[in-house]
Amino acid sequence: MHEHRAYNFKNMHFVGEEGQLIPLLQQAQAEDGYLRRERLQEIHQVSGIPLAHIYGVATFYAQFRLKPVGKYLLRVCHGTACHVSGAVELSQAVEKHLGIPNGETTPDRMFSIETVSCLGCCSLAPVLMINNATFGNLSPSAAVKVVKKYQKGERS
Amino acid sequence: MTRVTVGYSTCGIAAGAEETYKALEARLATLAEPAELLRTGCVGMCYQEPLVEIGTDDGVRYLYGHVSPDKVARLVDEHVTGKTPVADWLVWTSSGQGTDAAYLARQHRIVLRNCGNIDPEAIDEYIATGGYQALRKVLDAKDPEAVINLVVDSGLRGRGGAGFLTGMKWRFTRMAPGAEKFIICNADEGDPGAFMDRSVLESDPHAVLEGMIIAGFAIGADHGYIYVRAEYPKAIERLTIAIGQAAERGFLGDRILGSPHSFHVKLKEGAGAFVCGEETALMMSIEGKRGMPRVRPPFPATKGLWEKPTSINNVETFANVPWIVLNGAKAFNTLGTANSKGTKVFAMAGKVRHGGLVEVPMGITIREIVYGICGGIRDDRQFKAVQMGGPSGGCIPAELQDTVIDYESINKTGAIMGSGGLVVMDDTTCMVDVARFFLEFTQRESCGKCTFCRIGTKRMLEVLTRITEGEGRDGDIELLEELAARTKNSSLCGLGQTAPNPVLTTLKYFRSEYEAHITNRKCPAHNCQKLLTYTITDDCSGCMLCLKACPAGAITGERKKRHVIDQSKCTVCGECYKVCNLGAIAKD
Ligand SMILES: Cc1cc2nc3c(=O)[nH]c(=O)nc-3n(C[C@H](O)[C@H](O)[C@H](O)COP(=O)(O)O)c2cc1C
Ligand code: FES
Repeated sequence: MHEHRAYNFKNMHFVGEEGQLIPLLQQAQAEDGYLRRERLQEIHQVSGIPLAHIYGVATFYAQFRLKPVGKYLLRVCHGTACHVSGAVELSQAVEKHLGIPNGETTPDRMFSIETVSCLGCCSLAPVLMINNATFGNLSPSAAVKVVKKYQKGERS
Repeated sequence: MTRVTVGYSTCGIAAGAEETYKALEARLATLAEPAELLRTGCVGMCYQEPLVEIGTDDGVRYLYGHVSPDKVARLVDEHVTGKTPVADWLVWTSSGQGTDAAYLARQHRIVLRNCGNIDPEAIDEYIATGGYQALRKVLDAKDPEAVINLVVDSGLRGRGGAGFLTGMKWRFTRMAPGAEKFIICNADEGDPGAFMDRSVLESDPHAVLEGMIIAGFAIGADHGYIYVRAEYPKAIERLTIAIGQAAERGFLGDRILGSPHSFHVKLKEGAGAFVCGEETALMMSIEGKRGMPRVRPPFPATKGLWEKPTSINNVETFANVPWIVLNGAKAFNTLGTANSKGTKVFAMAGKVRHGGLVEVPMGITIREIVYGICGGIRDDRQFKAVQMGGPSGGCIPAELQDTVIDYESINKTGAIMGSGGLVVMDDTTCMVDVARFFLEFTQRESCGKCTFCRIGTKRMLEVLTRITEGEGRDGDIELLEELAARTKNSSLCGLGQTAPNPVLTTLKYFRSEYEAHITNRKCPAHNCQKLLTYTITDDCSGCMLCLKACPAGAITGERKKRHVIDQSKCTVCGECYKVCNLGAIAKD
């Protein structure tokens, strides 16, 4: 979730460029952390794209979430290199530590866990990303240590 | 002046390059004689990150590996101030020294020519290495056909997987009727275990841009799109900077360098769908729709983006182009084999000792890459297989490690060249589990349009899952083979057509592993949790470590006496195995 730029949400021009729908959804998610229903409604009104089509696109792509996420989003890589280097054990350890299964958010809305396929740091496998920071060569206990740093507020 | 550079791409940053950079900055600031501190991309020695290079007045470049902040003081004091390289930490020098000199010495770098050598955020550094000269050359010659002929003659084949001749694709697009045409750079790199394109975009974005602009000129296209996956924020950041700089210098925009040719580039971020790497799905996605592939023909060359003629190429394909323009077709096609010319970049990962990026001439063997360049298998374990081509590819067993790298030879094994992910596996990797892993991936990523791709992969996954859980049945192997054949034959795009490959190749080369799971309920690699039993051997000293670690309370015993595991309580989590210092836990 990097900073968004370029266009003003309200003043989007849609002159035949339906292609702007995905960037709009990305911007909405970058601002709110997930796709709020009202936001989708708004996109529909500004663009005239049918709401069903907007939902169709939003649910097709793995990046889009219709539920809020925690302040820190843990993305555990389950790509090939990470898989053969112990990603399963790593996932089990952080899930156990935070007490939530993959795909869920802690009740205090601090942490969410997701699995992703390949973060492009395969030679550092297994890899874990917390928001925009990437951590590599992790043993299950080292991963838990990283998470604890965030819990103690030593990192943000 | 002394030049100190820090490898600053995603892998380097993940390994701590940011902290190292800050430490260097602070230390260098205290020196009387100023030194230059710069960020570069990735040289490809990812296993040695964070990497720091020092270039002093003697003209030699010295590369240091694993430079954590605590090593900075000694490095600066001895090498920058004292002018004496720190021999203990040297991994490579441009004069051929260092512990890991073999890693770079055996490579042949065309695509990676600038990676790790220049600051990717500074266009002047790219220009200083001959950047944008190729563009000038083709614009001055004013002959788009000649560019196409040159690329055809070079023998360059697409590096995105299928290996279609790039020059031919350009020719078809040029010949297609229509005033408006598009160039697309496919930077979706969805193959899990591959990172070549990310590294090139982060380390040398201008090379890719220049390749695209030249393609635009050759084909007669004024607009280009780069479709990058959203998981690559650093690549997106550097591309955005590069596009801005290129436009400022007049390499992009209207009437490039005073010529009649114009070219504009837009960056499109993917949204996390593997199938969007497939060319027709990718174009759907740019158009703002669900990324579902469509039937070809019509091919994109005649009907592509917004129904206009479109030429779509991979990142690495484009990065080759400026080099070919400057060095000629011959320099390129003398490298490689009869039908596979030039070089190929591989992303080495998994159980290999030196994981990172390597670029080798086509025609080299798998053995040379794994042992000659990458130092063999980690922890001296036994080499079992390499996985090539990701979810569309297959596992090539160690017995076939003398297979040469070219499109046809790799296809013969049942794997594919693919985009260049090469995941190395050792004797602890279970091949049935690997097949299950890929099917889980393709099953999840199938867009759902074709029945067998949607349901066939699901059924195969269920069969593979039960085999790895010790529930395999007689006839499962045959069932897999049947489903594989049908999925291959009745899917519309490459995703479904190739999804069975990981299953078929592991069945071909590692059938006995499947049989051991099904018949003996054993995983020969000791990987499948449900098929393992842990027992405590006579080596146990009764230290109570495992007893305390066991989350299921399955271990009993007294201090200084041998412990036992109650198999009915054991959840096979392996915690005891990990904590035991004496190797007294047996895994079978
Ligand atoms: C499921 C699927 C995924 C693909 N993913 C990619 C990808 O991530 N990057 C890529 O360059 N090509 C990918 N391709 C291949 C593209 O369809 C296309 O052939 C390629 O971009 C053409 O470029 P090239 O001729 O330079 O190789 C994929 C194909 C399929 C069927
Ligand atoms: S497989 Fe995990 S980063 Fe690539």
